[in-house]
Amino acid sequence: MIQERANLTKAQQQWLRWQRLLRAQRPGDLFFRGITLLFVLIVLGLVVGTAWILVSNSLPTIRRFGLSFLTNKAFDPVHDTYGVLPAIAGTLITSAFALIFAVPLGLGAAIFLVDFCPRPLRLVLAFLIDLLAAIPSVIYGLWGFLVLAPWLHNYGEPWLQQHLGFLPLFQGQPEGVGYLGAGIVLTMMILPLIISVSREVMLVTPVAQREALLALGATRWEVIRHAVLPFARVGILGGVILALGRALGETMAVTMIIGNQANEPSFSLFTPGYTLASVIANQFGEATPGLFLSAIIEAGLILFIITLMTNILARWLIASLQRQAQGSRGGRP
Amino acid sequence: MSVPMPTHSSSASTLQPEKGQTHPFLGARSSLNLRRRLVNALVVLLTTLAALFAAGLLIYLLFYVLSQGLRYINLDFFTQLPTPNGEPGGGMGEAFQGSLILIALASLMGVPLGLFTGIYLAEFGRGPFAQAVRFLVDVLNGIPTIIFGLLAWVLIVIPMQTFSGLAGGFALGMIMIPIVTRTSEDVLRLVPRELREASLALGATEARTILQVVLPAARNGIITGVVLAMARVAGETAPLLMTAFGTTFWNTDITQPIDALPLRIFQFTLSPYQQQVNQAYAGAFVLIVLILLASLAVRLATGGFKQH
Repeated sequence: MIQERANLTKAQQQWLRWQRLLRAQRPGDLFFRGITLLFVLIVLGLVVGTAWILVSNSLPTIRRFGLSFLTNKAFDPVHDTYGVLPAIAGTLITSAFALIFAVPLGLGAAIFLVDFCPRPLRLVLAFLIDLLAAIPSVIYGLWGFLVLAPWLHNYGEPWLQQHLGFLPLFQGQPEGVGYLGAGIVLTMMILPLIISVSREVMLVTPVAQREALLALGATRWEVIRHAVLPFARVGILGGVILALGRALGETMAVTMIIGNQANEPSFSLFTPGYTLASVIANQFGEATPGLFLSAIIEAGLILFIITLMTNILARWLIASLQRQAQGSRGGRP
Repeated sequence: MSVPMPTHSSSASTLQPEKGQTHPFLGARSSLNLRRRLVNALVVLLTTLAALFAAGLLIYLLFYVLSQGLRYINLDFFTQLPTPNGEPGGGMGEAFQGSLILIALASLMGVPLGLFTGIYLAEFGRGPFAQAVRFLVDVLNGIPTIIFGLLAWVLIVIPMQTFSGLAGGFALGMIMIPIVTRTSEDVLRLVPRELREASLALGATEARTILQVVLPAARNGIITGVVLAMARVAGETAPLLMTAFGTTFWNTDITQPIDALPLRIFQFTLSPYQQQVNQAYAGAFVLIVLILLASLAVRLATGGFKQH
C-alpha cells in the first residue's frame, strides 16, 4: 500500500487526499465550511480592496507630483498644487509629543495602581481609567476646544513664554490652538490606554516570582524592576504601539484644536498646524474631481502606510522580544 | 500593602549571606541598603505623583464634561430637533435616531462578517492561510477610522452624488469587523474540547456541533464582543464626516444624509451660539453615560469585577 502510494506523483497524491476528504465530509459540513470561508474571503477582499482603492484613486497626484508630494509645503487647490509636508510633520510632532509625556506618566501610574495603591481605591481607579480609555475622541476634542485652547491662549502659553521663552519651542504668538494643544489632548487620550494595558499585563506576573524576590530581601522597587517589568515588557510595548497607532490616526480631537493651517514647519509648539487626518477632515468638503480629490486620498494613503508600518514594526519587535525571553528562560514559554 | 511581606530589616537580619559569598540583594554594608531603600522610596513617590497627576487630570476632564452636560439635559433634548441659529430650546432627537439607524446598519454588515470569520479562525483556522487572515484582521483593526470614511466616500458617496446613511453604516461596519472577529475567535477557543467531542460522538455533524453546541456555549462572550463593537462605533465621528454628513431634520431614508450623536456634538462644539455649545455638552454627557452603561454591562456579564 505504502509502496503503491510512493509510486504516485505528488499531484496524484494530493488529488487522492482531496477525494478522501470530500468523501469523508458530509455535504452539510462542506456547505458550512464553504460559507465561513466565503465570509473570510469577503473580509480579505475588503482589506485588500481598501488598499487598492486608496492607491488607484491617488494615482493622478502620484503621477503628477511623485515624491515631491511628500516634500511640497503647499496644499493649494487654487493653484492646483499639492503637498503634505506640514501635515506629515504635524502628525509626527503631535504623536511624538504625546508619547514622550504619556509613556512615563502612564507607566508610573500603572505601577502605582498595581503595587502601591490602597486596595479600595484600586478598583475604582482601574474602572475609571478603563472607562476613560473607551471614551470617544470627540469628547476629548470638545474639552480641548472649549476649555484647553482658551486656557492656553490666556494663561498657559503666555506663562511658558515668560519663563521658558528662550527656548525656540515656546516662541511665537500664543494662539491657543496649535501643536501644543493638540499634543496635550493626544497625551490625555492615549494615557488611559497605556495605563490600562500596562496594568493588565503587570497584574499577571506570577506571584511566585514576586514572592521569590521578596524572600531574597528585595525592596518593592527591586521586585518591580527584576520581576514585574521584564515579565510585562512585551505587553507594555504592545500597549505603547497601540497608543501610537491611535495618536497617528486620531482625527477629531486633533482637528478641533490644531488650528488647521499649513504653516512652514517650525520649532515653535505655538504654531497652528495640520495633521494628515485633519487635512482629510477639513478638505473633503470642497473637493472637486481631479487632482484635489486625488490629493486628499493620497494623504489618506500615506496615513494608511504609516500606520501599517507601525503595526508591522510592532509585530516584529514583539516577536523578537518574545523569542529573546524564551531563550533566556531555558525554552519555557 | 496588599501582600503581607516581611519588612526589609527583619529579612536582612535573618538572611545574612555567609562570609565570602555575594548575595544579589543583601549588601553587607548598610550604606548600600540605605541607598536601595532611598531609591525605593523615591520610586514610590514618583509613581504616586504620576498616578495622582494622570488620574486627577483625566477624572477632572470626565467630571467637568459630565457636570456641564447634566445642566442642559431635559426631555426636549431627546425628542426635539435643534432650533435654528441657537434660539433657546430644542434638542438633538434626530441625532439619537440617526445613531440608532447607523449602528443597526453597521451591525448588519459587521456582525455576520466578523462572527463567521471568527468561527472560521477558531474552528478551521490552521496553517499559513489562517495566519494571513489573522494578520489582515489585525491590520484592519489598526487602520485609522477616517480611512474607512474615505473608502465609503469614494465607493458610495461620490457615485451616488450624495452623502448617505448607507455610506456611514458601511464605514462603521468596517470598524466593527475586526472587533467582532477577535472577540468571537477568542471565546470560541475557550469552549472546552470535550463539549465538541461529546457532540460529535453522539453522531452530530461538524456544522451541527458548531451551530448548536459550540456557539450557544460561547453566546455570552460573543454578545459581549458585539456590544463592545457597537459602543465603539457609537462614538465614532471621523468616518461619519464624509459619509453620513449630518442633518438637523428627522430622516429615516438611508440614501440621504443622516445625523449621528457624535457628529452633532462635533458641529455644536464649534458653533458660535452658546445654546448649541451647551447642547454639545449635553450630548457628550449622554454619550459618556451610554459608554459607561455598556462597559458596566460587559463587566457584569464577564464577571470582570471579581477578577482582581
